Amino acid sequence: MSKTSSTLHERQSSNGTADSGSTGEDIILECRDLSVAFEMDRGTSRVLHNVDIDIRRGEIIGIVGESGSGKSMFASALLNAVVDPGKTSGTVTYHPSDDESDPVDVLGLDKGPLRTLRWEDISMVFQGAMSSFNPTMDFREHFVETLDAHDYDVVEGIERAEELLADLYLDPDRVLDSYPHELSGGMKQRALIALALVLEPEVLVMDEPTAALDLLMQRSIISLLSDLRDKYDLTMVFITHDLPLVTKLADRIGVLYAFEFAEVGNTAEMVENPRHPYTRALLNATPNLDAPLSEMRPIEGSAPDPVNVPAGCPYHERCPMATADCEDVKPPMELVTDTHEVACHHWRDVDDEVPLSVGVER
Amino acid sequence: MSADEPVLSLSNVDVHFEKAGGGLNPFAARDTVRAVDGVNLDIESNDVVAIVGESGSGKTTLGKTAVGLQNPTGGSISYRGQDIWQAKGWRSDPEIPFEEIRRSLQIIHQDPGASLNPNRTVLSSLAAPLKQWQPDLGPEDREARILHFIERVGMSPPEDYAHRYPHQLSGGEKQRVALVRALLMNPDVILADEAVSALDVSLRVEMMDLMLELQAEFDTSFLFISHDLSNARYIAEHAGGRLGVMYLGELVEIGPAEEVIQNPQHPYTKVLKWATPELGVNEGPTEPPVRELDIPDPVNPPAGCRFHTRCPNATEQCRQATPDVTAVGNDGRHRVACYRSTDDDAYWNSTPLDGAEK
Repeated sequence: MSKTSSTLHERQSSNGTADSGSTGEDIILECRDLSVAFEMDRGTSRVLHNVDIDIRRGEIIGIVGESGSGKSMFASALLNAVVDPGKTSGTVTYHPSDDESDPVDVLGLDKGPLRTLRWEDISMVFQGAMSSFNPTMDFREHFVETLDAHDYDVVEGIERAEELLADLYLDPDRVLDSYPHELSGGMKQRALIALALVLEPEVLVMDEPTAALDLLMQRSIISLLSDLRDKYDLTMVFITHDLPLVTKLADRIGVLYAFEFAEVGNTAEMVENPRHPYTRALLNATPNLDAPLSEMRPIEGSAPDPVNVPAGCPYHERCPMATADCEDVKPPMELVTDTHEVACHHWRDVDDEVPLSVGVER
Repeated sequence: MSADEPVLSLSNVDVHFEKAGGGLNPFAARDTVRAVDGVNLDIESNDVVAIVGESGSGKTTLGKTAVGLQNPTGGSISYRGQDIWQAKGWRSDPEIPFEEIRRSLQIIHQDPGASLNPNRTVLSSLAAPLKQWQPDLGPEDREARILHFIERVGMSPPEDYAHRYPHQLSGGEKQRVALVRALLMNPDVILADEAVSALDVSLRVEMMDLMLELQAEFDTSFLFISHDLSNARYIAEHAGGRLGVMYLGELVEIGPAEEVIQNPQHPYTKVLKWATPELGVNEGPTEPPVRELDIPDPVNPPAGCRFHTRCPNATEQCRQATPDVTAVGNDGRHRVACYRSTDDDAYWNSTPLDGAEK
């Protein structure tokens, strides 16, 4: 399933990464050549393709993409949780915060240590909070069961749970004694976030945690998450299709297109000065309250089939700037600034070809 | 019927549901869910009205009531002056027969996958309503008309799409088929209930553009229901229509879309505006501008102004009395139900509730 840890270390030292991994920053999760493939009758479906990215300690990184861009696979691969018959390759290295512990090769872990890692170091929250709870158990039992299974002190753990619930604007006593059907979707989603944090993980991976909720609840959860990060020193990976929403939360944003990153950069740069034509198209296609109506437009064409990703730049079939070069040569990640990189041959000319319509002050 | 008469007119409409319950005791008081309470709304011909609100605000029930799928428990709803539920009644001898009303009011559902029969091709799904309403149309004409519409909504070649089953279509294509099915009836009003919410972000603008284009071409009115203020604004402002905001069964603010967005009067509209993320990084995350995150239970909505439990500007007065709907500005098109847009001393001299300020 993955490389052994000795080759892993060699790879790390030899890898002059495109993603500023070598600049001595405090990296908590390191992905190299991360791919996920499914064998199907009509060919191999590559739903994540050679992704290299570093997630820094204490940051909130937003991963944005359309349906079928591979963003959920990225979340599953980070936790070595890709379901059979999917095959994950490449490496994911987790660097614990205390200096004594060795880096952990996530994809090489056995079942037991993997289970420990998944809740105690890296925790996750999925979209369907409605179906994440056992309908026959109240929330207190959910917390107790989780604490028990990981040999944590239950009394202390419940105290922590109460604090977390209060941080999320929930009434702890009421929630702990309720059954899942007694709470609204927004309350369940917040209770799920509290449950994911009760074992004090370092990293919280969230896959569309707010997509099924009302806008007001989405936006509120976003501001609560940001407070939680500061209070508990968390690192968050926030996966969503909603670019405007994630700009309110993330420090950095990565845009996935056709199962790989098209552009990664600091939120400010990604919003004010995106360089990839796809990022611009995505921004222009998003209805929002400020932009002039006449300048919002849909993205032409449809997302590529994972069995048949176009050669060269995967976006060239939909891209207004595509040239012959784009059809043949796959663009490498290039640095725009130290904190902003893009995979496009023509990123320097994007201002003329794909103007940014959104009402953002430049 | 006169020319300036609205196509649909809802006056003082209530929809209350009685919850089952009380166990074996037949005399136990049953809870009543007040899904829609005292709503007045007129839809003119060629009009676009977008309604926004949270889950549980009653916007879907309002939509269903407006197209005659839900019988109101109070108030009345009329189509070109003819009361819909009276027309449906037995031996009512209405001016406009119920069948015609039914045909004139169409609906596009939220989930495009669930609204098409998986065992029927697109062509057969679309032919069924035509067979019902225009039995004199021959099979060739019927097919030609359907193919023309399929092509019109941007699915070409139409012959290819017509013979596909729903599972062979993408979400956006299914929603287009649902749109064609509604348009084939040549309706006066189409209710689009969260019609773009299930689509990918990049497809929403495209779908809304198509709806706007067809709205203008076929002189149809749209009642567009959404929880997303930016989608509602997009469609209402493009068509020069109105935007209404619902909260716990009541229409708390309605007016020309641009005015409601630029100059929101009701504190709840302001909250919705806050909740709609804009692109931009100038400000960091801010505290939600409500005192209570969760929407109260519509079974026992708060007394007085229903928003007072969450409103950042609520006072004692809001807890005790319900504000009337008043007009903002001179033309009377922008209306709001909040004391803050009045000079009512009862509000301005009242003490703010815990955590609120005037």
